[in-house]
Amino acid sequence: MSTTATPAKPKASRLAFGEKLAELGATDNNIVVLDADLAKSTMSDLFAKKFPERFFEMGIAEQNLVGVAAGLALSGKTAFCCSFACFVAGRFETIKISVAYSGANVKVVGTHAGVGIGPDGYSQMGLEDLALMRTLPTMEVFQPSDEIETRAVVEYMAKSKAPGYLRLTRQNLKPMHDANYTFVPGKLDVLREGKDVAIFATGGATQNAFDAVALLSAAGIDAAVVNVPSIKPMDREGVHAWAKKVPLIVSVEDHNVLGGMGGAVAEVLAEVGGARLHRHGIHDVFGESGSPEALYKKFKLDPEGIAEVVKQALGK
Amino acid sequence: MANSQREQAVAALQTLCIEYRVQIIEMLHKAGSGHPGGSLSAIDLIAALYEHHLRHDPKEPYAAGRDRFVLSKGHGVPALYAVLAHRGYFEKSLLGTLRELGSPLQGHPVTNTAPGIEACTGSLGQGLSIAHGMALAAQLDRRDYLTFCLMGDGEIQEGQVWEAAMSAPKFKLDNLVAIVDYNKGQIDGPVSEVMPIEPLGDKWRAFGWLVKQIDGHDHNAILDAYEWAKKRERAPKLIIADTVKGKGVSFMEHPTKWHGAAPNAEQTAQAIAEIRGGKAS
Repeated sequence: MSTTATPAKPKASRLAFGEKLAELGATDNNIVVLDADLAKSTMSDLFAKKFPERFFEMGIAEQNLVGVAAGLALSGKTAFCCSFACFVAGRFETIKISVAYSGANVKVVGTHAGVGIGPDGYSQMGLEDLALMRTLPTMEVFQPSDEIETRAVVEYMAKSKAPGYLRLTRQNLKPMHDANYTFVPGKLDVLREGKDVAIFATGGATQNAFDAVALLSAAGIDAAVVNVPSIKPMDREGVHAWAKKVPLIVSVEDHNVLGGMGGAVAEVLAEVGGARLHRHGIHDVFGESGSPEALYKKFKLDPEGIAEVVKQALGK
Repeated sequence: MANSQREQAVAALQTLCIEYRVQIIEMLHKAGSGHPGGSLSAIDLIAALYEHHLRHDPKEPYAAGRDRFVLSKGHGVPALYAVLAHRGYFEKSLLGTLRELGSPLQGHPVTNTAPGIEACTGSLGQGLSIAHGMALAAQLDRRDYLTFCLMGDGEIQEGQVWEAAMSAPKFKLDNLVAIVDYNKGQIDGPVSEVMPIEPLGDKWRAFGWLVKQIDGHDHNAILDAYEWAKKRERAPKLIIADTVKGKGVSFMEHPTKWHGAAPNAEQTAQAIAEIRGGKAS
């Protein structure tokens, strides 16, 4: 648990990923990285520049990207294969059989997640990737909320032998953690305690959920903010504890409300009971073009929008 | 290989493949389901590879320097199970458990269940990419192992195969050998009608592969082709093996009828008699 103590600058989680991966490459010779003509965007090119012999440009062919990564992994490598979230998660069948079922140590990395990519529009927006990836047995699914958390998650994934999915943003993310932060897979990360409502947020939505606290406070609402970096494994005990502590949980994410983090929390809540859940995110519609800021406003993922949604869900 | 040695090798393979074919039929009859057509078309190719070319040790199935064999046409796995059992990866008695609940011999290949299985396949079109990745790892680690990948002819209708076909020559993977079991049949009909794949050799050559076409039931030709394939020539290689679906059992030699049907007791007896008597073509 920590708050915004460090004066670090906002940074996109894709950049934090690229930097951390390039660092890890120096100490772990087993790491190989593959990209599908988006290395400059996913930031895997930071690794490619330092370790060209361990970087493989696979062209615009994501099924082969995933399959070759699986073959490398089955030969002892830790293979990070990178593209936009929409393109790489779209190769679900290959990820399912060649990676997950084969037990291949592949880390599927999807960047430019959600409507946060902005003007490129819906075809470039991964809005269903969490739902897809978390249905696969053995798959670990993570979505960090800032630079420090991204670095911690990447470090964990490089060590873990399980297949994994990492969801990253194009847009900059404000620091939510300090240097003492420890990432624990399968654990919620409480950013702020509160008694009236708990906002569960993940990825690019976390910083805005945190900023919604002041707006809610002004309306007399004491909101907790719980960051959810680990979509799978989901922290059942943690969710249960919050369900006993507050009357309402609001999940907030830049992803379809079907099957994403909110869906994963709903599955737990349906079994353990307790708090009511309101899922907030992209409500089963397609995304569209616009600036990231305009899209976050439209879909009520900015602090004002999140505060409004929470108030409505509380009946205020 | 000297002539007399080769003659002996071919004779031994012919004898061995009779037993493999019998085992395939028995397995599928006992399981009550499975794919005889594509298992019988592929068995000569798999048998010759494991007897003479694949550097592998059943006692160390995951040794880092082993040659790899990826059965991308996963439905042909009864053929591979018969060979793996004979080579000592597991007890032959396990063959009778094919497709049973709890058996390591799953209906399609699964890693970490039966030893000797290199990748999960059966969802067609994925094996060549995996084999490509294994070959790339060998190149990176400066190991001299080879990776072989057997695909079905219908399988190469999958788009992913052509992504891999385009990619392997870029990396000059002359440690990668693909084989097409060209038995001309798939579930809905002849390959030439369902979705034509010709001109097959020209397509792969145009993608940068070295290609050889052989009779996939002629053990002499198969051994020659593997010797050719193992030569490092700065490009991946493809062996197009002309085969007959259901080969060795007259009534199973049909492009579609015996793709995914198990023989009953009477058919099993007839099939085994034919295989042992060598009556079919």
